[in-house]
Amino acid sequence: MSTIIVQVIVGGLLLGAIYALFSSGLTLVWGMMNIVNFAHGDFVMLGMYVAFVVWTLFGAGPLLGAPLAAVVLATLGVVVYFGLIREIMKGPMLAQILGTFGLALLLRYSAFWWFGANFLTLPENIVGGTFDVLGLRIQASRLLAGGVALLVTLGLHLLLTRTSLGSKMLAVAEDSTAAQLMGIRPDSMQAIAWAIAAGATGLAGALIATFFYIVPTVGETLAIVAFVTVSLGGFGSVPGALMAGLLIGVIESLSAYLIGAVYKDIVVYSLFLGFLWFRPQGLMGKT
Amino acid sequence: MRRLLWPAVVLALVIAYPLLFSTPFQQRLGALVLLYAIAASAWNIVGGYAGQVSVGHVVFFGCGAYAAMGAYAHFGLSPLVGIPVGIIISVAISAVVGVPTLRLSGHYFSMATIAVAELVRLIVTNTEYLGAAVGLSGPTVPRNVFDLSFISALPYYYLFLTILAITLGLTWWMANSRMGFYLRAIRDSERAARSLGAPASRTKLYAFMLSAGLTSVAGALYAMMFGFVDPESGLGILISVKMLIMAALGGAGLLFGPLVGAAILVPLEEISNNLLGGKGAGLTFVLYGAIIVLISRFQPGGILTLIKRLWSRRREGSPPKMAPGASHAP
Repeated sequence: MSTIIVQVIVGGLLLGAIYALFSSGLTLVWGMMNIVNFAHGDFVMLGMYVAFVVWTLFGAGPLLGAPLAAVVLATLGVVVYFGLIREIMKGPMLAQILGTFGLALLLRYSAFWWFGANFLTLPENIVGGTFDVLGLRIQASRLLAGGVALLVTLGLHLLLTRTSLGSKMLAVAEDSTAAQLMGIRPDSMQAIAWAIAAGATGLAGALIATFFYIVPTVGETLAIVAFVTVSLGGFGSVPGALMAGLLIGVIESLSAYLIGAVYKDIVVYSLFLGFLWFRPQGLMGKT
Repeated sequence: MRRLLWPAVVLALVIAYPLLFSTPFQQRLGALVLLYAIAASAWNIVGGYAGQVSVGHVVFFGCGAYAAMGAYAHFGLSPLVGIPVGIIISVAISAVVGVPTLRLSGHYFSMATIAVAELVRLIVTNTEYLGAAVGLSGPTVPRNVFDLSFISALPYYYLFLTILAITLGLTWWMANSRMGFYLRAIRDSERAARSLGAPASRTKLYAFMLSAGLTSVAGALYAMMFGFVDPESGLGILISVKMLIMAALGGAGLLFGPLVGAAILVPLEEISNNLLGGKGAGLTFVLYGAIIVLISRFQPGGILTLIKRLWSRRREGSPPKMAPGASHAP
């Protein structure tokens, strides 16, 4: 019994690391530009389809699929930034929300139209089988995905806090006019932020695809997971997203195990609404 | 007098439409345009006038639809009895979502509405009493006129027209009352409005509750016309999308914007579904997504704002002729 609980928790942590990775993308853009990307879940979805296409075309696993997904999505992020985000940021709130929401629909139904509504999966043994550690059975695919996600999230945090690029991005987030006077170009910094955020999200998608079903509407669920994670962890905070992502992964796995798989999303969504009521600044945010 | 001429002509055409275009397909199309116009106009109150973009408005639509069908399926009552029940539940949900989020920036509100819509859809899909994945059906054979189950679309057309008139009347009244002035002030600058004493959170909440109640009426009417509701047709996210895109295309925050949007998009969708069949469904929403992106990028005010601008430019006459070489402002 207790072994099963521990196993469920470990599974939740590994899933939560991926949640943390794609939520970091959302929180980065939000913290920097005060804009919510409603198409964020669909970026994850596209990452998953990139992994699927790589497998069907080349028979290659996430070793090729994940980096490729990161590159494809980073490119898309830059295109979206220059084509849409930069312009709608000048517009009213209505335009900002409509813009990314419309993008979400466009991506979701393009995938629907191209790939169909079927549930696709990568072969189960694409990352070799399962193994036992301390009496726990762990799927290699989940371990690889969770581990890589954790490392990349930590890397993102270091990038933002320890490099001059990170400092420049934070400067733009703080006050873009002042940053401009210091010789930093807000435009390029924001484009880089979109590239990093979308790239990390695509990577997360390719990783999660190794053990998750792939379907055009999966982005909707994952977008809400990202919203919960970011609001729990505090806006703009990568370490906050990491903690919150792990926590939500565990809560989701435990509720799936204890009260049934169909209720796990209900628990997470209720948690989100509860948080908006009682602690909208998140677990680690300041008042 | 001349100012009233064109509106009177348009109104007469709207009233005469199902008699002029009397095939079942045309009448049904007209009724659907009006139905979606009701829902989109209700969305417009909170999305356009209050500037709070709800992306989960289908939850109120679903409350109305399920309440109407539930009244029949469980109690054998006329679906009409469900309308007030649906309104009460919708207004309660809007308060639960609105009270915490309308104090925060608009993004929180949008995220909360999408989450609550998904939450309710999941709960309903797993609740036997509400028909789970199969849904609830209305009366197959109408017992009396109060079942509002007609074969022809003609009675629905005039019913929907009446409700649309009431919805637009309420919207107009709200926009020209003290609340409307508050809303306009808040939309332009919430901080300035607050500093001058406008009760921002409360005004936005009232707008949200009014919008929720009216949307639930639209849902009930929809369920009565189609005679059933299931999680996809009553609570699917695409219905939220339709309300939002119709209002935005026509002109969010303008009285007749949603009606114009519905009059363009409903026929477009019917035509594309007829031409492309089942495959068209996905493509229609690709197109919807593209339209939303283009509106937000190039014309956030919608079609009516664009027309208004072109119109006023024309009325001002041709721009004053300038001497050659003086085309640059000093």
